[in-house]
Amino acid sequence: MIDPLSVFLLLLSASTPILFAALGELVVERAGVLNLGVEGMMITGALSGFAVAHATGNPFAGFLGAAVAGAAISLLFAALTQAFLANQVASGLSLTLFGLGMAAMFGKPLEGVKAPPMPAGPFGINWIVWLGLLAVPAIWWFLTRSRPGLVLRGVGENHDAAHALGYDVRLTRLAAIAFGGAMAGIGGAFISIATVLQWTEGMTAGAGWIALAIVVFSNWTAVGVLAGAWLFGGVTVLQLRLQAAGVNVPVQLLSMAPYLATIIVLVLISGRQKYSRRAGAAAPGSLGRNFHALR
Amino acid sequence: MNRRTLLAGAAALSALIAAPAMAQDEPLKVGFIYVGPVGDGGWTYQHDLGRQAVEAEYGDRVETTFIESVPEGADAERALTQLALAGNKLIFATSFGFMDPTINVASKFPDVKFEHATGYKRADNVATYDARFYEGRAVIGTIAGRMTESNKIGYIGSFPIPEVIQGINSSFIHARKVNPDVEMKVVWAYSWFDPAKEADAASALLAEGVDVILQHTDSTAPLAKAQEAGAIGFGQASDMAAFAPSPRVASIIDNWAPYYVERVGEVLDGTWESKATWAGIGDGEVVIGDITEAVPAEVKAEAEALRDSIGSGEYHPFTGPLNKADGSVWLAEGETASDEDLQSMNFYVEGITAQIPQ
Repeated sequence: MIDPLSVFLLLLSASTPILFAALGELVVERAGVLNLGVEGMMITGALSGFAVAHATGNPFAGFLGAAVAGAAISLLFAALTQAFLANQVASGLSLTLFGLGMAAMFGKPLEGVKAPPMPAGPFGINWIVWLGLLAVPAIWWFLTRSRPGLVLRGVGENHDAAHALGYDVRLTRLAAIAFGGAMAGIGGAFISIATVLQWTEGMTAGAGWIALAIVVFSNWTAVGVLAGAWLFGGVTVLQLRLQAAGVNVPVQLLSMAPYLATIIVLVLISGRQKYSRRAGAAAPGSLGRNFHALR
Repeated sequence: MNRRTLLAGAAALSALIAAPAMAQDEPLKVGFIYVGPVGDGGWTYQHDLGRQAVEAEYGDRVETTFIESVPEGADAERALTQLALAGNKLIFATSFGFMDPTINVASKFPDVKFEHATGYKRADNVATYDARFYEGRAVIGTIAGRMTESNKIGYIGSFPIPEVIQGINSSFIHARKVNPDVEMKVVWAYSWFDPAKEADAASALLAEGVDVILQHTDSTAPLAKAQEAGAIGFGQASDMAAFAPSPRVASIIDNWAPYYVERVGEVLDGTWESKATWAGIGDGEVVIGDITEAVPAEVKAEAEALRDSIGSGEYHPFTGPLNKADGSVWLAEGETASDEDLQSMNFYVEGITAQIPQ
């Protein structure tokens, strides 16, 4: 009745914004930083990406602009938490509020403007969707198989030990935060440039918070992030598709399902951690703790 | 959110400063709360055009304020209270979900007059007003029935409330009248304004083989999706002319300006009273936007003839014989639906196979 392939194609595009944002946040959290400003960085990317795409007529330039803008605004968070040692939770939340407000203000002149058309990629799937799918193995390889990835994980697990070994904790974290900002920016721009094709205030509609939930759901692994993004994206797409096919579905129940799954996964992780730290990555040891070399 | 608080705060402050200078010629303050941003290009945009028409008509005699993107629910009560405290004597609440907040706040401010759009709860200081959108739906339903090649029409609904169900039934009845093979697919977005969700809903419908999309949500996202897929759609609430001549082949425009100008005028000369207004094509409150050249001339003529016969009152879009989806008789031959029937409509007409979510 419903063609699974077409559901999968819709799922790919619906999960792309949260996939990008969650992969970025994964790297940030693996470096031991909790950045709750994902929503703010996404909306910044959605606006700047759209503005650049509109100004240049080139959607790819828009995505580049979104990455730069996302990284730029994340440096604000980096300055607060890495240089001034401000509380990470409070700084992240203010980054979200700041990003939403600023985007709403600067976005006024762009309301009602149409995005330039986006050329379809291989197999009719958007280029950025492909990029997101390629980013999953790339980040997996970086985190688990490369030396800089090992250093980054070391910084995230125990920043004092990493510092004692001579690694620059703050520089590593700064780079991770900027990368997270760029990824969130691209994710946000996908909504404005590729999905909705226009700018509207508050258009990310909570996607940043879902990305944060996915990182926890993933148990801090790249493959887990992909699974989480597909689960969250898939449920949205599936409930709309079932409705379109005339199936009477309990929309509220379906919308609740991914959050329920996150809770279940959290319970499972906490059960497993008791026995072995080796089995899964679990939360990085220094997550959310600020580092000061003189302590 | 911050900006809204700031706006309202500034309004309250200016009211305080202005208070000592209160004189005979103090302008009438009129407030508006909107469910979306003014730049949505649809529903809220049209209400704001109405507000601007009030300013243009009365000039210095009125002063208008608006608060945009107010969520339906508890937050609306706060926004309405702020407007009332800021000295607004007439307040327009422009979305269905503002109904209970409006009634609650109105009971605390008996000297302030409230106008609630598309609701049914009234009080001595709360009037309601609505437009007969289903009249416009009949016209675009006709175009949809003629234009579809796959014989599948998609409808993006916001919430399963009578106003939206009237639209679905009216467009389906008239699409089927000109094309007996037409099927209607309905997707509920559970939002009035969520561009990403509306775009996903449009994609889901297109994947089902739909080639004409009707929407009862406020953003232009479904039109953008229709354009990508080579399907067509209609401007909703506003003309959405940026998407003409295709995918936007026609539109239903809500023209609130005459009503707003009239009601503000009544407050100015003290003749305002609480009542329920339900105006349609004949009153100029529902306007069919330009039907573009993407529609064949004979279809355009047919749609315009239908529009004119509804406007003159000669034809009612809900005229029997009509059965409900469960097969029971609703209207007998020649019988037309009463307003009470329409305002509580909670069923699909025969031929729509989907079910209304409960």
